Amino acid sequence: MSYIYFPGCSLQSTGKPYEESMQAVFAALNIPIKELDDWNCCGATAYMSISELKSFALSARNMALAERQAGAGNSADMVVPCAACYLGLNKAHHYLAENPDLNAKIKGALGVAGLNYSGRARIRHPLDVLVNDIGMKAVTERVKQPLKGMKVACYYGCQLVRPYADFDDQHEPTTMDVIMKALGAEVVDWPLKTRCCGGSLTGTVPDVGQRLSYILLREAKKRGCDVIATACPLCQFNLECYQSEMSRKYEAPVNVPVAYFTQLMGMAFGLDHKKLGLKRLFVPVHAPAAVGGSHVAA
Amino acid sequence: MNRWEGWHKVRYESELAPHFAAEIASIPGGDHLYSCIQCGTCSGMCPLSHHMDFTPRQIIAMIRAGFKADVLSSYTTWLCASCYSCTVECPKEIKLTDIMYAAKRLAIREGVYPKRFPIAVLADEFFKSVERNGRSSETWLLTRLYLRTNPFKMLKQAGLGMRLWLHGRLGLKPESIERKSELRSILKALEKEHMIKRKGNTAPLKEVAS
Repeated sequence: MSYIYFPGCSLQSTGKPYEESMQAVFAALNIPIKELDDWNCCGATAYMSISELKSFALSARNMALAERQAGAGNSADMVVPCAACYLGLNKAHHYLAENPDLNAKIKGALGVAGLNYSGRARIRHPLDVLVNDIGMKAVTERVKQPLKGMKVACYYGCQLVRPYADFDDQHEPTTMDVIMKALGAEVVDWPLKTRCCGGSLTGTVPDVGQRLSYILLREAKKRGCDVIATACPLCQFNLECYQSEMSRKYEAPVNVPVAYFTQLMGMAFGLDHKKLGLKRLFVPVHAPAAVGGSHVAA
Repeated sequence: MNRWEGWHKVRYESELAPHFAAEIASIPGGDHLYSCIQCGTCSGMCPLSHHMDFTPRQIIAMIRAGFKADVLSSYTTWLCASCYSCTVECPKEIKLTDIMYAAKRLAIREGVYPKRFPIAVLADEFFKSVERNGRSSETWLLTRLYLRTNPFKMLKQAGLGMRLWLHGRLGLKPESIERKSELRSILKALEKEHMIKRKGNTAPLKEVAS
């Protein structure tokens, strides 16, 4: 099966390392994936605050384009790595399926541009695809340099598992844990897996937003993790890029590497670090000493 | 001179907007609002409730009672980070996050949102950028946000911007889709449509936050 990749606005700027590493990992596992042609914004949180209808229309255009790109009769599975895009598209998918009036309005608007959305497009997250379609057997077989001794705190964030995701548990998600264990890493037990990182509040109201990120970092550090694994570009940005600011502001300094789970997969697969965007991280991730102790400087 | 400084906090029935609850409840699934048992699970789950002027539980009670002016001009709805904790935990299946969105949109339509509050400005700039180009460009979005709220803050963030640029994580090219007219025609078809149905008479909004 071939997948349709929906990058969203973040994965080609601040979330660049996520895009690079995901594509490298998918290539290593021979998963065919092609970017959605002329995709537009998913109609995220900030947009929904102004116009919900238009936000659903934005999502619907993407899903209609995906159906067209997949071709009639084929499944149209969109791979959406950004948690906010994943939620936005999934929300539109659910709302349009459950509300006939809304569906008619959006379909009418798409029709003006000659597009058609049948509801066939499926919204998938890379975690979902890797665990449920590809399977852990294929992942384990591909591991060349196990992450032995690396303690990973798996952070899923809020919009990935709540409220529409059906591939993992809303309260105690485990898909990322399963992948990290398959890579040979040790998964740290911590209770803040799905607690909010502050979202865009870190930039708009820093005193409030950065405090939320700080709570996560402090707890992860207390639990002895070497690296936090993330699956969302905004979570990764919030947790990593404000660390020096947080260290100045709050009681205990924080200095924890925050990587995308796909980057850690690529490291375990023995892929070229350049292809994984590891040098784009502010806080370097160290490969476990047991397998040669190579590390990447920021 | 007010003899008693708390005088403005006293509320009279004449100030209430009797149709407010019906307006909010007109969004899909919005009528669950009426089954709220005021248990406070939402406020307990919310990672931001202690920063809010009214907790999510209070907001629901105020919507039902018709405290339109207070709800629409409050900072609570804008502080909501859309983490959906309340929505998935609510025992009465009230879509609290979507109600927060509805209140935000109504506040914008009625012109009572906190106009210089960065969260509202960010939403506005994001919206405009996507209307124009079909995508948002993170760098330019933040630049406009700071220019409209606090230009001095931009200087403070210059270091972070530089670091991102050095790490190849800052796009300076404004992002855009190719078939802009296609998207524009879709959005234009929905121009006059609103999901919230406005109901007749509403009490005048006296307090406008600045």
